[in-house]
Amino acid sequence: MTAAAITPRAKRAHRWRAVVWGVVGVLALAALWELYKLVGPADGWLVGAQEGVTGSGIRLLPRTSDQAMPHTWDMVARVIEPVTRAQGALPLGVVVLLAALTSLGIAALGWLVGVVVGFALALLMLGFRIAERAVLPFVILSQTVPLIALAPLIRNWGSRLEFGAFSWESWMSVVVIASYLAFFPVAVGALRGLQSPDAAHLDLMRSYAAGWWTTLFRLRMPASVPFLVPALRLAAANAVVGTVVAEISVGFTGGIGRLILETAVAASSDPAKPWAPILGAVLLGLVAAGFVALLAAFLSPFRRQETVA
Amino acid sequence: MTSAAPERVDAPPPEADPAIAMPGLEASAAPRRRRATGDGPLARFARLVLPPVALFIVLVLLAELVVVAAGIPPFVLASPSAILDQLVQYAPQVLAATLATGLNALIGLVIGAVIGVLLAIAASLGRPVDGMLAPVVAAVAVVPIVALAPVFYTMFGSTSEVARILIASIAAFVPVFLNTLRGLRQVRPVHRDLMRSYAATPSQLTRLVTIPSALPHFFTGLRIASSLAVISALVAEYFGGPRQGLGSAITTAAASSAYARAWAFVIGAILLGLVFFVLTSLIERIASRHR
Amino acid sequence: MSSPSPSTPAPEQTGATGMAGTAPAGAATDAATEAVVARGVERVFAGAKGAEVTALTGIELTVRAGEFVSLIGPSGCGKSTLLRLIADLDTPTAGEIRVFGKTAAQARIDQSYGIAFQQAGLLPWRTVAANIELPLQLHGADGATRRARVAELLDLVGLADFAKHYPDQLSGGMQQRVAIARSLAEQPRLLLMDEPFGALDEMTRERMQTELLRIRAETGAAVVFVTHSIPEAVYLSDRVVVMSPRPGRITDEVDVRLGDAADRGEDLREDAAFFAGVTAVREALHGAESAPAAGAARGVDVR
Repeated sequence: MTAAAITPRAKRAHRWRAVVWGVVGVLALAALWELYKLVGPADGWLVGAQEGVTGSGIRLLPRTSDQAMPHTWDMVARVIEPVTRAQGALPLGVVVLLAALTSLGIAALGWLVGVVVGFALALLMLGFRIAERAVLPFVILSQTVPLIALAPLIRNWGSRLEFGAFSWESWMSVVVIASYLAFFPVAVGALRGLQSPDAAHLDLMRSYAAGWWTTLFRLRMPASVPFLVPALRLAAANAVVGTVVAEISVGFTGGIGRLILETAVAASSDPAKPWAPILGAVLLGLVAAGFVALLAAFLSPFRRQETVA
Repeated sequence: MTSAAPERVDAPPPEADPAIAMPGLEASAAPRRRRATGDGPLARFARLVLPPVALFIVLVLLAELVVVAAGIPPFVLASPSAILDQLVQYAPQVLAATLATGLNALIGLVIGAVIGVLLAIAASLGRPVDGMLAPVVAAVAVVPIVALAPVFYTMFGSTSEVARILIASIAAFVPVFLNTLRGLRQVRPVHRDLMRSYAATPSQLTRLVTIPSALPHFFTGLRIASSLAVISALVAEYFGGPRQGLGSAITTAAASSAYARAWAFVIGAILLGLVFFVLTSLIERIASRHR
Repeated sequence: MSSPSPSTPAPEQTGATGMAGTAPAGAATDAATEAVVARGVERVFAGAKGAEVTALTGIELTVRAGEFVSLIGPSGCGKSTLLRLIADLDTPTAGEIRVFGKTAAQARIDQSYGIAFQQAGLLPWRTVAANIELPLQLHGADGATRRARVAELLDLVGLADFAKHYPDQLSGGMQQRVAIARSLAEQPRLLLMDEPFGALDEMTRERMQTELLRIRAETGAAVVFVTHSIPEAVYLSDRVVVMSPRPGRITDEVDVRLGDAADRGEDLREDAAFFAGVTAVREALHGAESAPAAGAARGVDVR
């Protein structure tokens, strides 16, 4: 006998339970942090320090001082306080959210460009076998190498490139890097998906004298959705990472990347401050994943095929 | 249970496959094609290797031509000949930087893999552990871990590699944990029934069936983790810390307008990534002989 | 034509006489020698939205020592479920099952039976020899004993040359032979088999059936055999138990007296008695379908 079908209500309950457990997990992490602060060695654990040589030795466990490890409630409280001591400064939380939004916009643009180019390349590889054989190995291997290493090189386009009225802004470099990282998983995932239909389905379309483009729209693209969605999710995560890192390499000042670096540099005087932009970056990643999940929900009729024999 | 059609032993649906679904990387090749008859191994090798190699050569030559002929400034693209020249000239530095970053990535990979396996075992045994870990790890998988680099430098000091290794460990932990947990849960029902019919003890079940079933999944996770460890170790260098790695070298070279040299270091980074990928793929291939 | 009541055995087939299996006459009522006794067994599954699925109801079945009994019926009649209950891979919601006088759970712990699944269920990372050795290894047999027994079993199923091969290098029929060898490893007095030949082509299937009879003749074990195939059931069994679905129940039992297991050979497939047996079982199956179960809300499907 087959097992019970999972009702929508059961699924919702299951999801809520996951959220609750997730919150418990985060609280457990915070509890671990505080526990270490309480019982950990005050000076951390320094290995191989040399007498009189400052900065020598490897610190394997951090110091438990409030400067090195601020209390979790201090981190939360800091979010509400103004970002600087200047007059009329906005609360840190607001500044972080604004920066995160800027980065979100850039990441979204980079993701979009990456998805479009990736899909176009997948179509090219689908149509021309020789293109697939020549290009696909590069695409696959490029996912394994740190292409983000190129970020500092793209930075310098910003100050020098000008085509007439159009001048290259630094945020455009960030978009290029983000799209560059988003593009590869989409190209691989889209190609796999477009090539996934059964021979039986392809024969069916052929028996209807359907052309290449018709087969593409009616069969291959719907069939590619189960492969495309995970690729889009991966591309979104890559775009976010690329944005955050590129903002630092390129020197773009409006986004969360710069904020992370700036607050960290001033950490000695304001130890709780760097944690707010980090939280902002975490939110950025979650929102990006959530957006893709929403997109996947829209495409859900095309994903029923995953359970059909 | 029904006596229905024979079990389908298909690959997992792509949605559920953490190899693709998480910010790990699905680096396996395109779906298999029917092999043409009369295809010797040499012909197959040629067909597999020649097109990308040919494309590479064409691109390099084209780049050389365009950069030299059209006079493109090096800050957009350095000419391949200049890059090669710098690579040869600075070979010892490139190697040293590659080794520095590679070492961080390797240590991070090992730590992350070990903890990933241990926690996956814990999660497969206990519902509460699993319930707390699963959402947290899923969240970690989509957020930029390198955002933690600056605070880690503050906590662990910016003169040691500990912060970078920690970032690489976290990055490696995620795919290993997710894939290993999946493998531990994927014991085939018929094998489970078989062991139950033998009244096998839980430890016998674990030792003889669960662990061998989970091994291929672990190696998939390890392969993904190796790429992520390299990338994270390198990116962490952009946020500060000691200056002996590839990331620092690239930034320094780019800042002093020595673009060809910067590209030389980039090539070092690419080679590092390839080495890690090839090694873990080999380990995965060896361990999956009889599936 | 068999009567629909499960407790009245059908009249014996003409032309074939003789006892089935090696059950000693007169000892049939001794509970300890009966391989399987199921009384009032019921298995109900909780379904979607609170609906219940009755996989099995009112099962009364006795399998004597050394007897070959087939369970046959359309999909969903609960034959595999019943087998799993006997194997203690599942628990009945009502009634009880005794295997050699013990509870099913105890029989499993005592390893009183061997089981062969529909998908061979070989462990892909172990060689053929290591797969057959698995139950012996689990239950603490020493190396020498294990090796000797494995060699014996490989000879029995005719795979001595493939001891060091891996399952993925074997055909479906060969994998099943390994699974059967494995199920015999500890010389059980009861064999439980769930459509072991289901995935094989007809030629291989017939060959395997003959093999199984030969093995059974040599070991004298009782067998409970689940199958879809009428000729297979008649060829192999002493008794065919006919089941029907919705709810899963036994509707008939057909005694198939085609001679001793040792005497059955390939010629039997051409024998008139064989065809008569097949007809009897087929009619029992169709009869079960056109007569709705007492208390059932609707009739069963017409096939």
